[in-house]
Amino acid sequence: MEDFLNSWGLSLAIFIPLAGAIVMLVIPRAREDLHKVIALATSLLVVLMGILLLANFDYDDGSTLQFFVDKSWIPFINSRYLVGIDGISLPLIALTMLIVPLCIIYSWNHFPEPRNPKAFLILILILETGMIGTFCAQDLILFFVFFEVVLLPMYFMIGVWGGEKRRYAAMKFFLYTLFGSALMIVSFMALYFLSAEVPLPDGGMGHTFSMIQLPEAAQVISSGAALWIFGGMFMGFGIKVPMFPFHTWLPDAHTQAPTVGSVILAAVLLKLGTYGFVRIALPILPDAAESWAPFIGLLAVIGIIYGALCCLAQTDMKRLIAFSSVAHMGFVMLGIATLTDFGINAAIFGMVAHGLITGMLFFVAGSAKERFHTLDIARLGGMLKQMPRMGWILGFSAMASLGLPGLAGFWGEFPAILSAYQPGGDLNEALFRVYMVVAALGTVLAAAYLLWLYQRVAFGTPKEEFAHDPHVHDVSFTEYVAWVPLLVLIVVLGFFPNILFKVSDGAVTNAVAAMGLGG
Amino acid sequence: MLAQLLAQWQSPSFDFHAFAPEIIVVATLVVVLVLDAFTGEESRWASSSLAGIGLLVAAIPIATLAYDGADRVLFGGGYVVDTYALVLKALFLASAYVVVLLSTNYIAEGDYWEGEYYLMVLASVLGMMVMASARDLISIFVALELLSIPAYMLAAWRKRDLKSDEAGLKYYLMGVFASAVMLYGMSVIYGVTGTTLLSGIADTIGPAISSEPIVTLGIVFVLIGFAFKVSAVPFHTWSPDTYEGAPTPVTAFLAVASKAAGFVALLSLIFVGFWGRSDVWEPLIWVLAALTMFVGNLIALRQTNVVRMLAYSGIAQAGYILSPLAVAGTDPEVASQALHSIVIYLLIYAAMNLGAFAVVMAVARKTRSAESSTFGGLFGYAPGLTVAMTVFLFSLAGIPPAAGWFAKLGIFQALASAGTPSGYILAVIVAVNSVIAFAYYGRLLRIMWMDDAPDGDTTPIRVPASITAALGLTVAVTIVFGVAPGLVTHFTDPIQLLALGG
Repeated sequence: MEDFLNSWGLSLAIFIPLAGAIVMLVIPRAREDLHKVIALATSLLVVLMGILLLANFDYDDGSTLQFFVDKSWIPFINSRYLVGIDGISLPLIALTMLIVPLCIIYSWNHFPEPRNPKAFLILILILETGMIGTFCAQDLILFFVFFEVVLLPMYFMIGVWGGEKRRYAAMKFFLYTLFGSALMIVSFMALYFLSAEVPLPDGGMGHTFSMIQLPEAAQVISSGAALWIFGGMFMGFGIKVPMFPFHTWLPDAHTQAPTVGSVILAAVLLKLGTYGFVRIALPILPDAAESWAPFIGLLAVIGIIYGALCCLAQTDMKRLIAFSSVAHMGFVMLGIATLTDFGINAAIFGMVAHGLITGMLFFVAGSAKERFHTLDIARLGGMLKQMPRMGWILGFSAMASLGLPGLAGFWGEFPAILSAYQPGGDLNEALFRVYMVVAALGTVLAAAYLLWLYQRVAFGTPKEEFAHDPHVHDVSFTEYVAWVPLLVLIVVLGFFPNILFKVSDGAVTNAVAAMGLGG
Repeated sequence: MLAQLLAQWQSPSFDFHAFAPEIIVVATLVVVLVLDAFTGEESRWASSSLAGIGLLVAAIPIATLAYDGADRVLFGGGYVVDTYALVLKALFLASAYVVVLLSTNYIAEGDYWEGEYYLMVLASVLGMMVMASARDLISIFVALELLSIPAYMLAAWRKRDLKSDEAGLKYYLMGVFASAVMLYGMSVIYGVTGTTLLSGIADTIGPAISSEPIVTLGIVFVLIGFAFKVSAVPFHTWSPDTYEGAPTPVTAFLAVASKAAGFVALLSLIFVGFWGRSDVWEPLIWVLAALTMFVGNLIALRQTNVVRMLAYSGIAQAGYILSPLAVAGTDPEVASQALHSIVIYLLIYAAMNLGAFAVVMAVARKTRSAESSTFGGLFGYAPGLTVAMTVFLFSLAGIPPAAGWFAKLGIFQALASAGTPSGYILAVIVAVNSVIAFAYYGRLLRIMWMDDAPDGDTTPIRVPASITAALGLTVAVTIVFGVAPGLVTHFTDPIQLLALGG
C-alpha cells in the first residue's frame, strides 16, 4: 500500500479528476444525472485518495517532501515531473479535496443558468486537477503549467454561468492574472539561467527548475538581479492573492461568478498566490524577500484597512464578502511578510480558515440570491424570522469571519498580528509594530462591517416584497450536506488549532531556518 | 567538339536518397498535371487525393533520412540535408497535407480550377522544401521564387471576386518588391565576398572587413526582404488584405507554411551566412520584433473579422518568433537556444494556426462569413468546434496545457539565456504582448461561449470528413505537444546550424 501511494498517490490525486472529465466528455449532454453521478464519484475518489495520503503522511517528518515522485518530463530544459507534499502543502490540498465535492453536491439541484451540467461539472473537475497539481508541483515549470490550467475553467465559469456583467468580469479576471503570470514566467527563466548549475538526475551539471535544488543554487544570484526576479514573482503571486492595489479584479469576479465559482475562487484560488510566496518566492530568494518585506507588509496592511473600508461602503452582500477577502488575505500576507516561522504558520492557518469561512459565506450568499433574486442589502432583512436556520448559519459564519476566538478565523488573524511584533531577519521592528497596530485596528473594522451586514440582513422583519414569497424556504437537504462539513471544521479548528499548526510547523520552521535570516 | 565535351562530361555524383522527398513531390506534381490535362471533369476530384497521398509518401524518405542520421552535403555545400532541414521539410509536408485536407471541399464546391490548384500548392511546397536545405544565396533565391509565385496565384484563386484579386495583386506587388530589395542586397554581398555560398560568406564578412558599410547595407537589404515574407512590421501591410481576400485554405497555407519558409531562410542566413555580423542584425531584429509584436497585437484588438484577426495575430506571432534572433549573437550557446526555440515555435505554430483556420472554415460553411459576430452562440450548437477553437486560441495565447505555452516558454528561455538587459527587456515585451493578445483571443472565446447565436439560428454545422480529419490532427498535436513537450524536443534536439557546424 505504502509503495503504491509513494509512487502513484499524488499523481492519481492530480489526474483522477481529469480522467473523470474526459469520461464525461464522451457522454451525451442530455444524460444529466449520469454526469452528476460521475462528477461526484470522481471527486469522492479523490477524497479517498486524500484520506489515504493523510493517513500515511508522516506527521513527525512534515518538513520533508513525502510521496515524492521524480520523472523525466522535458529534458530539453531540465524540467522534470517533480511532485511531493510536505506540511505546507498538505492542509491546502486537503482543503481543495474537501471543497470540490461539496461544490458538486451544492450544485446538484441548482445549476446556474444556462444550466448545462455537463460542461459545468467538467470545468470543476479540470479546476480540481489544476489546483491539486499546483500544490503538489515541485518544479517551477510544472507549477506554472498547473497554475495556468486553473485559469481556463474559472474564466468560462464566470463568463458563461455568471451574473449580468459576467463578460467584463471574466475578461478582467483573466487579463489581470495572465499579466502576473507572464511576468512570473520571465522571472522563472531568469532564475533558471542566473542560478548556479547543479548536478542533474541524469548525470552531468546543468541549470534546474527544481524547487528543491533552487534555494541553494540561487545563492549565487547578485542581489540586484534577485530584487528584479522577486519583483516578477511578486506580480505573479500578488495579483492572484490579490494584494492591494491589484485587487480590483476580485470584487467583479466574485460578484459575477456563480456561487460555486465564488466558493472555489475564495477557498482555493486565492491561496495559489500566497502559497506561491511561501513555497517559491521566499525560500529561493530570501534576501530579496527581506528587502521586499517592508513593502509587502505595507501593501498588506493597506489591504486590510482599505478592504474593510470598502466593505462598509458596499450595498451588495456578495461584493461585501469579496472585499472582506481582500482584508483577510491582507492578514495572511502580513504574516508572510514578517518572515518568521510564527507568521508563516499563521498565514497557512489563515489560508485554510479563510477558505472554510469565506467559502461558507459565499455559499450562504448564493443561496440567498437564489431565493431573493437580489443581494441588495437594503432590500433584505428578517432572515432569522423567515429562514431561521440559514440566518443562524450566516451569523455563525460572520462571527467566524470577524475572528471570534473559538472559531477558525481567530487563529489565522491573531497570530499574524502578533508575529508582526517581532519580525524576522533584519526587518525594521518599529515599522512592523506600526503595521501590527494598524492591522489590529482592521479587526475592529471587520467586526463593524460583518455585524452591520448581519444586522441588516438577518434582524428585523422580512421586507414586504419577500414576506409571502413561496420561493423563500429554509436550508434544503443538499445545502445541509454541502455546508455541515465546513461548519464542523470551523469549530474543530477553532478549538483545536494545533491539528493544523502541528502539520505545518515542521515544514515552516525548516523553511525559515533554511532562509538563514537569523530570525 | 560536342562529342569531345560529352566524352569529358561526368555525371556529378548524385545522392538520390537525399533528394527523394523533392523527387516524389515533383512526380506527384507531374501526375496531377497530366491527370488534369488529359481527363475530363469527372475525374478532377482525384487530384486532391493524389496531392495528399503524394505529400504523405514524400514523408517516407524523410523518415528514412532521419533514421540514417548522417548529414548530407551536396553541390559543394550549397544544399545540405541535415536534421534541421529534415524537421522543417516534415513540417512543410505536414502543413501542406492539412491544407489539402482543408481545400478538398472548398475547392470542389466553389467552382474553382481543381487540378491547377493542387499543382500550385505542390509547386509551392517544393520551393519550401528546397528552402530548408538551401545554403547558398542563389538556391535560397530560387527556392523563394518557387514558393512565392504559385502563392501569388493561389491568393487570387477566387476569380471574379474583387477582394481576392486585390489579395493576389497586393501580395504579388509587395512580394516582387521585396524580392528586388533582397536580390540587390545579395548582389552587394556577392560583390564584396565573391561567393554565393553561405559558409563562404561567413568566412569573409567576419571582423576582417567589418567596417565596410557596404556589407551592412547588403545584410540589411537581404533581411528586409525576408521581413516582408514573414510580415514583420513595418513590412506587414500586405498580409491582412491578402489573408482576408484569399480563399481561406490558401490563407492558412500562407500564414503557416509560407511564413515558416521565410523564417527558415532567415535562420540559414543569420546562423550560417551573417553569423559574424551580429552587430548589424541584432539591433535591426530587436526593433523589428518589438514593433511587430506591439503593432500586430494592438491592431488585432480592433478587428471584427476572424480571418483578419488571425492575420494580425500571425503578425504578432512573427514578432515572438523573431525575438530570440535579437540576442542570438551573444554566444554559440545562446544561438543554439534561439535556433531551437524558433524551430519549436514554428512546429507548434503550424499546428495551432492551421487548426484555427480549419474551425473558421467549418463555421463559414454555415454562416458564409468570417465576421466574429457570426461565431455567437457556437458553443450551443457546435460544442465540438467550440472546444477545438478554444484549444487553438489558448495555444496561440500561450496558456498551458495547449502546446503554445511551451513554444512561448522556449522564447522566454532563449531571451533570458543571453543574460543581457536587452534580452530581458524583450522578454518583458513578449510577456506584456501575451497579455494584450489574450484580449482578442479571449473576446472570440467570449463570443463563442457566452453570446447568443445571431438571429437565433442554431442549426447544427455539418463538418465534412476532410475538415474533421484536419481538426483531429491539429487538436491532437496541439494537446500532445503541450502535455508532453519532450516529444517536440526529441525531434529538434539534434538540430545544429551554426556557422561553426554548417
